[in-house]
Formats: sequence, structure tokens, C-alpha cells
Amino acid sequence: MKKLITLAITAIMVTAWSTAAFASEVVVYSARKEHLIKPLFDAYTAETGVKVKYITGKAGALLERIKAEGANTPADLFITVDAGNLWHAANEGVLAPVKSATLEKNVPAHLRDPENRWAGLSVRARTIVYNKDKVDPNELSTYEALGDAKWKGRLLLRTSKKVYNQSLVASFIAEKGEAETEEIVKSWVNNMPVAPFSSDTKTLEAVVAGVGDVAVVNTYYFGRLLKKNPDLPLAIFWPNQKTSGVHMNVSGAGVTAHAKHKEEALKLLEWLSSEKAQGKFASLNMEYPVNPEVKPDPVVAAWGEFKGNPMNVSKYGEYQAEAIKLMDRAGYK
Amino acid sequence: MTQEITHKPAGGTPPTPRRNNIRIKSPAWFALAGALALVAAAPLLVILSFLLSPSQEIWSHLAENVLGTLAINTVLLLLCIIPLTAISGVGLGWLTGACEFPGRKFFSWALVLPFAIPPYVFAFVYLGIFDFTGPVQSLIRSIFPSMGFIDIRNFGGVSLILSLAFYPYVYLMSRSAFMTQGRTAIEAARTLGLSPARAFFRVALPMARPFIAAGLVLVCMESLADFGAVSIFNYDTFTNAIYKAWFGMFSLESAAQLSSILAIIVLTALVAEQKMRSRMRYTEAGRSNITERLKLSGSWKWLAFSSCSLVFFLAFVLPCIKLMQWGFEAIETDLARYIEYGLNTLLLGLAGAVITTAAALALSFAKRNDPGPMMNWSTRIATLGYALPGTVLAVGIFIPAAWLDSTLATLFKPTGIDTSNMIQGSLGLMIAAYGIRFLAAGFGAVDSAIQRITPSIGEAARTLGATGISMLRRIYIPMLRKGLLTGAILVLVDVMKEMPITLMMRPFGWDTLAVKIYEYTSEGEWELAAVPAIILILVGLLPVMLLTRQMDK
Repeated sequence: MKKLITLAITAIMVTAWSTAAFASEVVVYSARKEHLIKPLFDAYTAETGVKVKYITGKAGALLERIKAEGANTPADLFITVDAGNLWHAANEGVLAPVKSATLEKNVPAHLRDPENRWAGLSVRARTIVYNKDKVDPNELSTYEALGDAKWKGRLLLRTSKKVYNQSLVASFIAEKGEAETEEIVKSWVNNMPVAPFSSDTKTLEAVVAGVGDVAVVNTYYFGRLLKKNPDLPLAIFWPNQKTSGVHMNVSGAGVTAHAKHKEEALKLLEWLSSEKAQGKFASLNMEYPVNPEVKPDPVVAAWGEFKGNPMNVSKYGEYQAEAIKLMDRAGYK
Repeated sequence: MTQEITHKPAGGTPPTPRRNNIRIKSPAWFALAGALALVAAAPLLVILSFLLSPSQEIWSHLAENVLGTLAINTVLLLLCIIPLTAISGVGLGWLTGACEFPGRKFFSWALVLPFAIPPYVFAFVYLGIFDFTGPVQSLIRSIFPSMGFIDIRNFGGVSLILSLAFYPYVYLMSRSAFMTQGRTAIEAARTLGLSPARAFFRVALPMARPFIAAGLVLVCMESLADFGAVSIFNYDTFTNAIYKAWFGMFSLESAAQLSSILAIIVLTALVAEQKMRSRMRYTEAGRSNITERLKLSGSWKWLAFSSCSLVFFLAFVLPCIKLMQWGFEAIETDLARYIEYGLNTLLLGLAGAVITTAAALALSFAKRNDPGPMMNWSTRIATLGYALPGTVLAVGIFIPAAWLDSTLATLFKPTGIDTSNMIQGSLGLMIAAYGIRFLAAGFGAVDSAIQRITPSIGEAARTLGATGISMLRRIYIPMLRKGLLTGAILVLVDVMKEMPITLMMRPFGWDTLAVKIYEYTSEGEWELAAVPAIILILVGLLPVMLLTRQMDK
């Protein structure tokens, strides 16, 4: 026991104060999971010799950490998923506006902060997936129409606690106003045979098992499931093609206001938006590249082309709190 | 050293003052304990301070639409978990601690093993088995095609999961109480004509009550603070709402307000428990003669065997089988990096255990030395961190740490020494956070042990000339060894399972197994999470076995 104690204390001493700074390094706080980001950092280090130090965690907790660290923060770049989180980070003043012709060229305007404090790096399409054995795709049209009586007892959704659904509802509020959106959400709740699920994957698996027939999910979850089981009776439907377009969300990043390595952080961000990195960034998680010059992964491309919603994604953040309150009122768990 | 129990309900004899046992007159000692209590309470105070700046709009929305459901859900949960863990924990503790039946030796340590499995792992494993798409319902549907879907994501399901995860607290506490009670009291009761069952209810159970209560308090606090399991089940409790208010509505203020409500609930429960405990006086220490156990006969014998088997199967065997199945499906090529995560996990656990137990010991001594209301309240507040969701607690720690850092930076600026981020993001701060979170677990074990040292021992030692530190070293530490070790191992395993604090506060490159499990489960990739989960359980099993062996000595 004594030895163990000595060992433990020594280890703490050594690690706690060994925060020496390298000349060429960049520190990243990432809400994108390690296995979806590390391969890119490794590639960047191999190419440029710049060391990337990172920590992964939940978006909100990382943000609160940056805020608490204030001017002392070691974070140079903040990577997170969902436009709502990016908007919030910018709104809290932890991200600095950057001027970059490269980002303007690589990232379409509606996937960037209007004030250039962050840029999207991959697109996540949230769409409808249905059971091929039970649904004729002609029955489907829009997200809104999933509230029709014909979907009673057939619609499965993920929990309203997930930011993806909050963003979806926020985009409705931005488009149609609160009253109409609340009616739509209520009609969805009315059609769900069971309580919402804790993840997209479980929602999809429930469609396979026959708990319901249609679900709203991000495409990459469908892709992952398909990879494990190519014979899934599921198919993708692109909704709202005659109206607003498919709901698009982003994962993205911004340079922090108190970055110690501002230049290096911006370079890394620009590199992540480049053609070289984009294909890899998106295909690691079967997402869509933001850079229009880059084709999606062949597996992803096979799901077909679609019209995306051109709304600026920062709107999701603006209306997120309203969306949550609305879903609470509508009884969407 | 064998001592007999002298258990006197408060009614008859006036309570002997507990003070004067150990008189370490140095005010430095008291100051240390006071400082510890203050440090432990600091994050709570930070969170409570948000009450002063209410965000009216969000708060009224929460009160109108959310708070009612939360209160009902939370109460339902506790109403299920308390009897479930009490019955299983006390029952099994009694069987393995004081009775004799086939398999007793095996079960007495095996039933502690589930302690190594974190509640969030229980949650995804059980959903994986019993949810709509799991093997059980699929099988039922293949036999009875007309069978509908059974949703287990309700308070019943969540209570069962959390009870499986938390019953070892009650089991450990009550088992050690039953074992150390000695046979004499029970035998006396039997001689007076009580049946074994009545002897249990009239003598053994009342004597073990403070320990059972301490275990149940830990269970309640853990249940209230749980975030992982309830979110996998999508069951709304205070923790979910706290996260939603904070990360969804971007209002740390409302999140803190909800946390404060939670803290107040727990404080009330703690005071109630303390009241119940203060009516008991129990003074006993050392080993007792447990060679003569109650021999169970006939069908009782097999009933005991099957109840132990059932709990062991549900709480350990079944989850392990499912995890292995997933693990084989998702086995990764670079398993080597898990060695690093495992070592990190273990090292954090050890450091957390040592520091937390030391703090618990100091606090417990201070309380014994000065059992006034001030000290009592500060220990209660100091152990409240256990009931706060880890992330909220982490924020409460981070804010003062960041302030300290910037103050240091300003102070040292003229000297040219760079102190930036010396405190934040250091392992030291993270270990302090574990200490604050798990002080209750360590304190419970240590304090129960200290309370059992008879006043006469201290007096005798003093008569023989032992004073101050030497008394501490020569009398108390050896006598407290078991309690200290129990506390340390409880904390060790708790730290290794801990997720939110580790996620938020770990320094660069300090990933742990729990962090990996989080990364996979939050994406719904339960198969991938199985590999780190199995390793976490394996790493946790060793200390858990140590714990049981220690108790049997």
C-alpha cells in the first residue's frame, strides 16, 4: 500500500506541473469524439510538424471550461458538433472573428457564422428513414407531414434532449413561427407509439424490429448500421424537396478569443476545410463535406442527391432555447 | 482483541459524552478540519450563489412545465430504489454475514463484484438485452407473433438498474455490521426464547440500523446524482433537467437553481438520517466470534442459495455475458492503448482514494473531538458533493480554481514566473474534485468505524500515557484500519467509474476507460463501448476482492 501511495503521489507531481509549451503546437478542445478526429490531427502533424494537443468532452462542459479559464485558457481551437453549440460559443464571446479567404472559399456562406467566428467542417443531413417492407415512399413528403393521422402509431423519434432535434425544431420556428411549429410537434408526439429513444441508432433498430415504420435521423447513423448489416430493410427518404429542403446541421470549429497560438489555430482550421482534409473528415463519420469541391464518400453518395435547406445554420442556435420550451409544452420527452 | 457489544437504546441510559477520547489540543488540527470542510463545500457555495441571480423567464417555464414531472419521477424512483436495495442489501448481508448455507463463502465476496460495474454500463447492457430489439423480446415475439412491444424505459426499469448497481453499498455496510455484532447478542436473544427470525428483527436488525441507514443514504445520493443511466433510459430526473437547462437553454443560472433544489432535498434527507442515527449509541470494535453461524435448515437453506444466485446472476453474470458478446463483435485492433487508459484509471483511483480517505479521517476526528453543531453542519455540507451531478460539481470547482489561477498570475507577474493554468487542468485539481465528490463514501465508512471505538479505550490509553499524535498512531490507526481500507476502496472504485468530472477536468492526454465508454455510448455504439467496459470491470474487480477479503479477516 505504501509503495502504491508513493507511486500515485509521484505521478501526480510529475504530470501536474509539466505543462511546458512547445513552439509549434496548437491546443484543441473537441466535442467531436476522439476516434472521429484523431486521424486528422495525426495527418496534420505528419504533414506540417505542428503538434496537436487535444482534449475531448461534452460541448457544454468544454465551453464552460474555456469560459472559466478566461484569458488563461490553453485552448486555441474549439471544435464542436451542432450549429446551436457553435452559435452559443460565439454568443458567449469565447470565439474570435477571423479573416480568411481560404475559409470563405472552402465553406459556403450559410454554413459559416455571419460574423466569421466559426466555420462548418462537415454537414449532417437529418432526414427520414423508413421500413421498405411497410412504407411506400410515395406516402412520404415532408417532416411536417409525419404528424398526419396515417402515421399514428408508426413514427419513432429520438429524445428532445438531443441537440439535433432541438435544431430541427428551431429551424421550423425560424421559418414558420412558434404557433405553427408547436402544432407540428404536438402532432408528432401524438403519432409516437413509444417514448422517444436515447440515440438515433436505437431509433433505427426499433424501426427494424417493427416498433414503428418511420424515423427522423442523421444519415450517418443509418450508414453505420448499414455497414454492420447490409441487408437492413431500411431506406432513406429526402423530405421537403418541394419546400424548404432537407434539414442540414454542421460540425464546425472556431479560433478562441484568448488563443495563445492564433496563427497555428487558423492554419489548422483552414487545413481542415481544404480538399485534402475534407474527404477524410466527412467520411470518417460518413457525413457530407462542407467544401463543394469535395465529393462525399461513395457509400454516402449512393444515398442520392438532395436539396438542402439554405437557411443559415446559426439560426438554430438563436431559436434553440425557444425550441426546447416548445417541445416541453408539447409533451415531447 | 475481542469485545462484546454494548448496545443501549437512547431511552434508558444517558449518552456518555463522546468527547475527550482523543484530545489533540492543537488548534492547527481543528483549523485543518475546518479548511477541509470549507474546500469541500466551496463548489456547492458557488452553485448556490447562482440563486442570487435568477433568470426569471426560464425559471418560470421550468416551474410551469417541467418541475412537476421531475418531482414525481424522482420520488417514484427513490420509492422503488430504497426498498429494493434495502431488502436485497440487508437480506443478503444477513445471509452471508451471519448464516450458514451452501455457497455462503462464495457469495459473500461474489455479491460485492457488481460494485465494479458502473450504473451507465448496467443501463446500456440491460437495454441491449431487454429492449424491443434485444434477444429476449425478439424471442418472445418469434414464439408469440401477436405479442406487442414492452417498453422497459420507465421508473420500474430505471429503479431495477440502479438497484442492481447500488445495492452493494447496503450489502457491504449491513454485512459488516452483522458480522461484527458477534453471536452473543443473538444467542442471548435465542436463549430468551426468540425464534431466529424474531432474533433477526428484534435484535440484529435494530443493532445494524445505523449502518444500513448510512448505506441507504449513499444509495439515495448516488441515485439522485446519476446522469448516465437515466439518460440512456430517457427517464426525466433532476440531472437531465439540469443538463437541458444548461446545455440546451444556455442558462447555467437555471441549471444551478435546479442543482440547489437537489442539494436542499439531500440535505433534508441527511439531517433526517442523522436524527435517526443520533438516537442510537453503539460502541464496539475489533473482531467478534463469528465461528458459530446460524445454520439454515432444509428449504431455508435452498431459498438462501437461490436468492443469492439470482442477485449474483442479474447483477454480474448476465451483464458480463452480454458485454463479452458485444466485445467479441467489436474487438479492436489496437487494444494496446487500453493498457494506458487502464493505468490512468487505476492511478487516478488510487490517488483519489488516498487523498479522500485522509480528508475523511481528518474530518471525522475533528467531529469526534468537537461534536458541536458547527462541526456537525460542516461535515454534512462537506459530504453533499456526492449528490450533485458531476458536471455541475465540476463547474463549481472550476470557477474558483480559475479565479485562483488568475490571482496567482497577477501576483507572480512582477517576478516573471509563469504560473498560468497551474491549478486548472492539473491532475491535482481533478483529484481534489474526486475528493469533494466522494468524500461522503469515504467519510461514511471511516466515521462509522470511529464511532465504534469505545470511550474506555481512549481513556485507558491515556492512563497509560499515550497522548496526541502517538495515541492516534498507536491506538486509533490500527483500530481503524478496516474502516479506512473500506472507505479507501469504496472511493477507489467510485473514482474509476466516475465520468463527468473526468471528462471535464482531465489534463491533456489523460483519457480513462470511463471517457472511452462515454465517447461510444453517447453515439449509441454500445458494442464498441463493451471493450473499455470489460476492462474497467476487470480493473475494478481487484480492489473489490481486496475489500471483501479485508472484511472477512
